[in-house]
Amino acid sequence: MSDTTTFTLEVLRYNPESDDVPHAESFSVPYQEDWVVLDALNWVKDNVDGSLTFRWSCHMAVCGSCGMMVNNEPVLSCKAFLRDYLKDGKGTITVGALKNFPVEKDLVIVMDSFMEKLEAVKPWIIRTTEKPVEEGTFIQLPKQLKRFKHHTSCINCLLCYAACPQVGLNPGFIGPAALALAHRYNLDSRDQGKDLRKDVTASEYGVWECTFVSACSEVCPKDVEPAGAIQEQKIESSIDWALDHLIPGRKAR
Amino acid sequence: MSKTTGRKTYTRANKPLVWFPFAGGGLVAALMLPVMIFVTGIAVPLGLIDAEALSYDRVYAFAANPLGKIILFGVLVLPLWHAAHRFRMTIQDLGARTSGSRSVVAALCYGFGMVFTLLCLAALLSFW
Amino acid sequence: MSRKPYEPTLPNTWWLEKPFYIRYMLREMTSFFVGAYVAILIVGLWQLSQGPDAWGSFLGVLSHPLSVIFHVLAFVFATFHTVTWFALTPRTTPIMRGDHFVPPGPIIGAQYVIWAAASIVVLAAVLW
Repeated sequence: MSDTTTFTLEVLRYNPESDDVPHAESFSVPYQEDWVVLDALNWVKDNVDGSLTFRWSCHMAVCGSCGMMVNNEPVLSCKAFLRDYLKDGKGTITVGALKNFPVEKDLVIVMDSFMEKLEAVKPWIIRTTEKPVEEGTFIQLPKQLKRFKHHTSCINCLLCYAACPQVGLNPGFIGPAALALAHRYNLDSRDQGKDLRKDVTASEYGVWECTFVSACSEVCPKDVEPAGAIQEQKIESSIDWALDHLIPGRKAR
Repeated sequence: MSKTTGRKTYTRANKPLVWFPFAGGGLVAALMLPVMIFVTGIAVPLGLIDAEALSYDRVYAFAANPLGKIILFGVLVLPLWHAAHRFRMTIQDLGARTSGSRSVVAALCYGFGMVFTLLCLAALLSFW
Repeated sequence: MSRKPYEPTLPNTWWLEKPFYIRYMLREMTSFFVGAYVAILIVGLWQLSQGPDAWGSFLGVLSHPLSVIFHVLAFVFATFHTVTWFALTPRTTPIMRGDHFVPPGPIIGAQYVIWAAASIVVLAAVLW
């Protein structure tokens, strides 16, 4: 690594054993043109401070583990190329844990609240009547798949939760990714669980907390478009609510 | 109609009561308000449009007509509730976080909507 | 070892952090001008119901320079509301045709056509 330029990696660190609040720590890191922020973090962990704590797995934007704030934007650190943040390999990149989540240590967030919300919306195919195996598979037309396919790409990286001010302001808010997944299953022609999910998605913690800031869709690395999915559910749940109140007996189903 | 998962019980909310007027009013405001503001607040006061356009007789004739009343009510009251709901959420965005302060903000915003809805109705129903 | 996660709170100045959030807040603040404008018109409607003199004094207030300044601002914000509202429609109500989604362009364009038509109708009715 001779005559390489170095840049400053400023990491917001938090050690629960000794700290009450996070503090910034700067590392001088060699610049490589094909490196991403995650590579720089691994270099620090291997060469400078083995206690630096962060999650990662696939290094190819599939696993959704390495989401963090880079220069105050929520990104997958495996997709954040150093060259896009530095000029001639020099400068400073700041890295911090994802916003709107409790910090376990350094860049690792506590995601228990998200796991609860995700489970609450039942993101799996629900059948009220099971189809016997002998009757064959479920047929789904290309247009039926197209209707929700973009909502299926979610990797639970939680960038959308870090970008959404309503998540930060309303801790109970089910949030973008879980609501988008609820919508994805509601729209699936094989699914019959929409009514069950609506008890959660149309509750006061559901779609109504959203004010269409749309930051979720902006930061989504998979173009899941949670913001649109939530507005569609607002419209449908509103119509549903109106029909429930206009048609006697409908609500009791 | 309610679902308990893990630690939380979820019940369907009555939010559509305020969300429907918000959405409908947003559309009406988008289509109608710029031209209305231009006419009543800018063009006529500045003389770009002859003051006769908003003369008592003309406006009275329009507002006395039942169809005119329906148009005026829709064009005024829907955007009113759109604004009341959106402004409430904006104040929450700006820092009303406790349930107490949020109740106050909601009461003030929807109270504003209610007062002006009644005033609009009172005005429209007072002459034919 | 026991856990001790750090619990961050979002500061009330969150919306000043990025141009994207500032733009959102400007969009939400259009509600102030929408609400104020329709409230003024509803007061005007009430004045109309009270007779020609009351209506005349309402028109007098509209001609005050401060009123004109307010309405110019309201016009700018209302137009911003229109533009942002139209831009979001393809995402709130996506339309499928056959196996594909209708692209945003035609959906947004259609709204501008309706907006222009509505504005022309209002102007024509005023100038008639």
